Amino acid sequence: MDFSLSEEQVALKKTVHEFAEKEIRPLAPELDEKSEFSWDIVRKAAKLGLTCASVPEDYGGPGLALLDGTIIYEELAWGCVGVTGGILLNSIAILPVIISGSDEQKAKYLTRLTDAENPRICAFGLTEPGAGSDAASIQTTATRTDGHYILNGQKCFITNAGIADLYTIFATVDRSEGVKGITGFVVEADTPGLSIGKIEHKMGLRASQTAELILDDVRVEAENVIGREKQGFSTAMQALDCSRPFVGALGVGVARASFEAALSYAKERVQFGKPIFKQQAISFMLADMATEIDMARLLCQRAAWMLDNGLEASRESSMSKYVATDTAMRVCTNAVQIHGGYGYMKEYPVEKWFRDAKILQIIEGTNQIQRLVLAGKL
Amino acid sequence: MKVFFNEEHDMLRENLRKFVQNEVEPHAEEWDEREGFPRQLFKKLGDLGYLGLSYPEEYGGGGGDYFTVVILAEELGRCSTQGIAAAMLMQVGCATPPVLAFGTEEQKQKYLVPAIKGEKIACLGITEPNAGSDVANVSTYAEKVPGGWKVNGNKIFITNGVEADFMTLLARTDKTGGPKGISLFLVDTDSPGFSVSRKLHKAGLRSSDTAEIFFEDMFVPDENLLGEEGKGFRNIMWELQGERLVAAASYVAQSEYVLETAINYAKERVQFGKPIIQNQAITHRVADLAARIESVKCLVYCTAWKFDQKQYPVKEISMAKLLAAQLAFDVTDEAIQIMGGHGYMMEYPMQRAFRDARLSRIVGGTDEIQREVIITTLGLRA
Repeated sequence: MDFSLSEEQVALKKTVHEFAEKEIRPLAPELDEKSEFSWDIVRKAAKLGLTCASVPEDYGGPGLALLDGTIIYEELAWGCVGVTGGILLNSIAILPVIISGSDEQKAKYLTRLTDAENPRICAFGLTEPGAGSDAASIQTTATRTDGHYILNGQKCFITNAGIADLYTIFATVDRSEGVKGITGFVVEADTPGLSIGKIEHKMGLRASQTAELILDDVRVEAENVIGREKQGFSTAMQALDCSRPFVGALGVGVARASFEAALSYAKERVQFGKPIFKQQAISFMLADMATEIDMARLLCQRAAWMLDNGLEASRESSMSKYVATDTAMRVCTNAVQIHGGYGYMKEYPVEKWFRDAKILQIIEGTNQIQRLVLAGKL
Repeated sequence: MKVFFNEEHDMLRENLRKFVQNEVEPHAEEWDEREGFPRQLFKKLGDLGYLGLSYPEEYGGGGGDYFTVVILAEELGRCSTQGIAAAMLMQVGCATPPVLAFGTEEQKQKYLVPAIKGEKIACLGITEPNAGSDVANVSTYAEKVPGGWKVNGNKIFITNGVEADFMTLLARTDKTGGPKGISLFLVDTDSPGFSVSRKLHKAGLRSSDTAEIFFEDMFVPDENLLGEEGKGFRNIMWELQGERLVAAASYVAQSEYVLETAINYAKERVQFGKPIIQNQAITHRVADLAARIESVKCLVYCTAWKFDQKQYPVKEISMAKLLAAQLAFDVTDEAIQIMGGHGYMMEYPMQRAFRDARLSRIVGGTDEIQREVIITTLGLRA
């Protein structure tokens, strides 16, 4: 087994890291304070091909492997999880088209995301107030009439809602068929009847916009069905499956940011006549943090590598998501602890990273659902 | 718990619970958002006798036992903002006990009596930028001058610091260093040279004001020395015992309150055709937390009993504080997880409880310091 990164991967990591340090880190505190999305950062990231990592080269994408994706997302999240959340969810949102879409759909929609001069954003419309972990129980309906569909319903907690140029929305063509009735649609943002409801105020991930999506007699042409009717749930699950290592990578990134800050602080902060790093309780805590971050990263990279090599990786994928994000929460919590009172003050970055880390244990399949999926494969 | 509480205690608890439900909880979100609460709340509590429950009647107190303060801490803990508990327990359990314990009659009349009434707001000035866990490292210096002391230095992370009328201040009176060169003073915040330089913005506990304070050639008269000169460090270590114990009581109560809320949510939230409470993954974790709550509650009550008996149970107090703080953090974290996406949204109170609970493992002596204290009491110091 070769655990080393290739030269290209080392260069990629360096490029993205520099981008995160120069373009994301300086803006992150204000974006968090004001709960603002930054188009400026997204446009700059798009120029580097970072906003559409999942798009194949044929359609203008960067043609990167999933393993490369974990490198990108770790470095971006080291910059800011909120900013990266918007970028990653955009990449996940377009996956249904990549997985099941027709060539016409791919040509029409993927190129919008990869347009470096005018990048557009996609949002994933699955979750509803009554359908969170139980995604199969969505109630948004799609009624077929005369070569088109009429969509009615409500989505919630949609990342990039209101910012996106297009949406991949999941609705049921037949409630009585349950999971088997679910169909995916590509819906343009300016379609009549599609509107944004409440914009959520969140504890963290505040540089990313999260909102309700209201569908009121939204007319969608038949050619906008992703794949075939009733194929939607399987497509959505495939999209979520291969994005788990990336959500894990977000966890690795924010954990690493917190760890670095805590290590540096512990070596400088003098109490009882010596740096607190000299207290075993602190140094052992940091040792555990370093180890867990490495473990988390390795799991994410392994899952991505397996998927790149066409291997069935559902178990490894679930493991990587929940281990890495549980790790992130633990590491970010300990980073606050190491900073003591200063760790609680907004002028230090660790309290933001602590708030950001929490959502990673919940989004894209809670860590309980990840275990459910894994248990189902044991 | 009939062992510790009688009918009077139960009535006090019932009244406090109603007070918090009616006068505090409805404003929790707003006060958290605006990083403060109306200072008249101190007077409201003072009028009802809640700021002097265990203080002697001769100073306007209720003359009750220590469990009356435990009940106050618990009921204030049953709230989705912990900032009010922080502010009131600072008043009752931190800044004023040294006045009763070490003060002269004049000092008690001037500071303790109005504090019990809620007419004067009190704060405690220990922590400095270079003296957090290492309290003995305080460098705020009180230089002896005719008629009093000239104080220079600064304090940080001072609860009630912005609103306070007086401060129980820990300062160095002997520059040669060490814990024996430290003394306590009572300082009026309108003294020339006393300034609130910053109101600090925090991740949580936002309804409680926290300040950075500077002293520039601030004059403190002789009669404001609190207790014996040079005994400040010993006396503040004594103060910390009561502070840690009431904090522990409030964390356990907060844990119970938050777990109840999470359970109620889990009973109603239906996914996969049934309430999520029917998932063992959730109920087993709830069971573990409920067991921890019971056991830490017992530890808090037993320790409070010893404290009430005028014992000095340093080991048990640090154990209670350590375990209760960790419990509050674990319960609020689990509660967010149970509530899923809704737990993360500002419109639900759980994220506030989670943010508030995070400080519990740091304030009043970090987890790590509590462990150091326990080690000392177990005779394990090398």
